[in-house]
Amino acid sequence: MNQYLLQLADNALILGHRLGEWCGHAPEMELDIALTNIALDLTGQARSLYQRVAELEGIGKDEDDYAYLRDVREFRNALLLEQPNGDFAHTILRQFVFDAYNYYLYQALAQSKDEWLAGFAAKSLKEITYHLRFSSEWILRLGDGTEVSHAKLQAAIEDLWTYSGELTIPNEVEKDLAQQGIIPDLNLLKPAIEGKMSEIFAGANLSMPAGIFMQTGGKDGRHSEYLGFILAEMQFLQRAYPGQEW
Amino acid sequence: MTSLNFEAIFQSKIDDEVKIEPKDWMPDAYRKTLIRQISQHAHSEIVGMLPEGNWITRAPSLRRKLILLAKVQDEAGHGLYLYSAAETLGADRDDLVQQLLTGKAKYSSIFNYPTLNWADIGAIGWLVDGAAIMNQVMLTRTSYGPYARAMVRICKEESFHQRQGYELMMAMAFGSSEQKAMAQDALNRWWWPALMMFGPHDAESTHSDQAIKWKIKRKSNDELRQSFVDVTVPQAEYLGLTLPDPDLHWNEERGHYDFGKIDWDEFWKVVKGNGPCNRQRIQARIKAYEDGAWVREAAMAHAEKKEQRKLQPEAAVKAA
Amino acid sequence: MKKEWPLWEIFIRSKSGLNHKHVGSLHASDAEMALENARDLYTRRNEGVSIWVVESKHITASDPDDSDPLFEPARDKVYRHPTFYTVPDEISHM
Repeated sequence: MNQYLLQLADNALILGHRLGEWCGHAPEMELDIALTNIALDLTGQARSLYQRVAELEGIGKDEDDYAYLRDVREFRNALLLEQPNGDFAHTILRQFVFDAYNYYLYQALAQSKDEWLAGFAAKSLKEITYHLRFSSEWILRLGDGTEVSHAKLQAAIEDLWTYSGELTIPNEVEKDLAQQGIIPDLNLLKPAIEGKMSEIFAGANLSMPAGIFMQTGGKDGRHSEYLGFILAEMQFLQRAYPGQEW
Repeated sequence: MTSLNFEAIFQSKIDDEVKIEPKDWMPDAYRKTLIRQISQHAHSEIVGMLPEGNWITRAPSLRRKLILLAKVQDEAGHGLYLYSAAETLGADRDDLVQQLLTGKAKYSSIFNYPTLNWADIGAIGWLVDGAAIMNQVMLTRTSYGPYARAMVRICKEESFHQRQGYELMMAMAFGSSEQKAMAQDALNRWWWPALMMFGPHDAESTHSDQAIKWKIKRKSNDELRQSFVDVTVPQAEYLGLTLPDPDLHWNEERGHYDFGKIDWDEFWKVVKGNGPCNRQRIQARIKAYEDGAWVREAAMAHAEKKEQRKLQPEAAVKAA
Repeated sequence: MKKEWPLWEIFIRSKSGLNHKHVGSLHASDAEMALENARDLYTRRNEGVSIWVVESKHITASDPDDSDPLFEPARDKVYRHPTFYTVPDEISHM
């Protein structure tokens, strides 16, 4: 269970971190605010999840120990979320693929047998619903907008699609929890997620790529090279000055 | 009515504390002064996101990361409230932004200093936002309605900024010796630039008299600076930090703190573009603007196509 | 030709039972984006339960120069106000 909560937390933390990199540099000032809002939602979710893990483990760790004192191999986020921001098309595509998955996942988690998880998911679902609305609209804008934006979105799909599959390919932890009825069977969620994506893609004059090889491993701690740099930056103060209150 | 009459009516409204609203007659110079001041203020908020944004990815705890994200986001928000107020005067936001990017418009020089350690984030909230609040509280009573209303909103939000900064400074000043050293270092670097934020001495300030007559400003640069020093000294004492000014002491007779001479050469050097980060700040804004152009265009193109499809559903069907 | 996002005026209902109130403006490419930007800009601190957005060019404002003919005539119609009428002290609930 803890491994799974850490996966949810790390997904939110790492994507929130990436979105935070945009702050002050977005394509329009209104977008600075919008992207930061999503970063705030996600970082807040990560915080709740780490707190829960700390409570379940009961060995005196706190939320920051999980975020700041684990190394790359202990992080459980999917590969997609650690990919660089790239241009705005990459950021929006990464967001949309994650939001579509996260929306259906959290809808199901809100029905979990685990009372805490169900409550947390129901609360977070409101935020995630908005994220999906935001990223869907932007997929439409970029896909339908100009030739340039269409081409950039297409390039983003080529770069990132290989990381989209991992989200819905269950690892051992997920299989086990699904069997216990604590989390949904990802194979059963997949049609709804893909349905949503192809609906939005159709509106954006894009087709869903097929036959792409899917990279996996992030959920089991086998990451791309990017994560190390994220952590080097994020954890710098905690590592350089251990054990202090900030 | 002659324009002299208009001007007399305008001034009597100002004297009677009646707010000037967007469509009211106003002297050209009043309009220009306001557009200049409000847009500079807006630019300052937007450029001001950069030094603090510099630490978002390195914030040392989740709590601090959320606070910093929310704070920098507020600055974007404040920039937008202010551009919105400037646009009520007939200015166009994109023109104003162009003036920033081409160096024609100024922004607060304080943001041309670098953030070098984590305590800088605390020092900015405490001192820079603290100094800004002095100015902004005065501006909630400024004579131009939309500007005053934007400032009311901003002031409500800014007090969180200053408090989080001071709280961060407390954590550092009362923390380990390394943290305390960071806090003192940050204070040493930000104190004088914060005092410079109030602008030149009254005797040298070019815009002050007219701005006070029009009640755009209600206090002089030196008055505001003195109030800031008076409230900040005890706050620094509480932290156990030393303000980097050997001439700073309480003057019983004046009922104020005396403080040392401000290095105005330094001030003008930074205003003229030679601060440590002037170039990087503007380049970052230019990059965001230029890299964002295709995104803004795409959104407009999509909106227009959507509008077209609404008007001519058959054409859309045929095209499909 | 300039292709910046147009300006929108934003009205927020701060809670049920109150009118929407003008709070300011922002830029957005379309109405949906204007709503979302308004949500992010003007309700970050829980200031609203409902938002209206109107593209600024669609607002027609009265001219301050007309304010005498527009508003002066209403000023002396004292008979529209309850205080214009005298009712004996013994009469209550009126």
